[in-house]
Amino acid sequence: MALYRDHGVVLRTSKLGETDRIITFLTRENGKVRAVAKGVRRPGSKFGARLEPTSNVALQLYRGRNLDIVTQAETLDTNRSLREDYALLTHAISMLEAVDQVAQERESDPVMYRMLEGALRTLSSEKSLIISVAFLWKLLSHEGFHPVLTSCARCELEFGDAVEPTTFDFGEGGALCSSCAAGGGRRISADAIVVISALVDARVRAVIDQPPSTEVLLEVEHLGVGALEHHSERRLRSAALY
Amino acid sequence: MQTLIDELGRLPGIGPKSAQRIAYYLLKSPAEDANRLAGSITEAKARVTWCQRCFSIAEGELCAYCQDDRRDSTSLCVVEEPRDIVAIERTHEFNGRYHVLQGAISPIEGIGPEQLRVKELLRRVESEEVKEVILATNPNIEGEATAMYLGRLLTPLGIKVTRLASGLPVGGDLEYADEVTLGRAFEGRREVEA
Repeated sequence: MALYRDHGVVLRTSKLGETDRIITFLTRENGKVRAVAKGVRRPGSKFGARLEPTSNVALQLYRGRNLDIVTQAETLDTNRSLREDYALLTHAISMLEAVDQVAQERESDPVMYRMLEGALRTLSSEKSLIISVAFLWKLLSHEGFHPVLTSCARCELEFGDAVEPTTFDFGEGGALCSSCAAGGGRRISADAIVVISALVDARVRAVIDQPPSTEVLLEVEHLGVGALEHHSERRLRSAALY
Repeated sequence: MQTLIDELGRLPGIGPKSAQRIAYYLLKSPAEDANRLAGSITEAKARVTWCQRCFSIAEGELCAYCQDDRRDSTSLCVVEEPRDIVAIERTHEFNGRYHVLQGAISPIEGIGPEQLRVKELLRRVESEEVKEVILATNPNIEGEATAMYLGRLLTPLGIKVTRLASGLPVGGDLEYADEVTLGRAFEGRREVEA
């Protein structure tokens, strides 16, 4: 049967012809899917605003050779407040872009779908930018790049009073001690290590309740963006617009 | 022949097959038709430029809307592309001036405010007698992001900043309206006049 149903978050859209769009979804069962939404740019389109980035929708699609075709879409969550705040929107878009970079077409990844739809919902309700930073780090962990933060990622010496973390090396995948840091990496503060550890260990609520200073949050965010760009070998373009 | 097909294939929305079909059609059509097409492309390219004030298309320094003294200089409608002006003009509802941003903020494409005509808009608002700026960017995510960004910049200048209304399309059915559109239609409802 060429028709199938799934749930999906709209990652991005691009114009096609006069009135159509190609919509990229992260679906629950079918991984990343690219599909044509016919006539979606017309004011009277049956899809309306359902197929805009950040929307979570129940879909019926027709499987095509190259691109699928969206035949029906029903809103599960519009995450409307994300569209009404510039800072929230740019952070939400960077989450979508990050997923678009790492998700594989037609490779089912229900965990990633749940992570993204949950993060968008929480960002929309909590309106805390910590959510998007946490999402980047959790996405990296999910992709197999869980950061090494309790010991030196190169010499494996446990951090403590005698050995302190000084830099974060994207290639090594974690913090380096002062003797190993000569090889490079970005400077990392002790506070940033505490925050990243909390974010990847599912203690996001604690970080939201006791938020770090703006400098530390920016440091954690820049490191997260840098790590993602290093592993995906692509620039996260939306991060430049924060 | 292959050069013609390749050149036509570079146009937006035209694939190799369509390019081939158009190329054969042009070769079969009378020479004067092909010359007229070639001449109009060359002439348009040579004569049409960007308006120095609103950045719409113009055949001189200023476009027809900027040259027209009968238009209301106190209201300024901000659009993404010159073709949006054509759509607004068809309504006969607006008699002010325009400003074309030449795009919209698109975080995922890496298009930021500095790639748009935002600085020029701010200069116009400060130097001209503008009392109201109407943000007429598209009601999609890029257009909304652009409108929010411009709203943050323009509101502190003490002028009236408005956004085009969103709601039900005239002639459409309520039951097929999506939640965002219907929600906005409720928000923007008007009192019925007796």
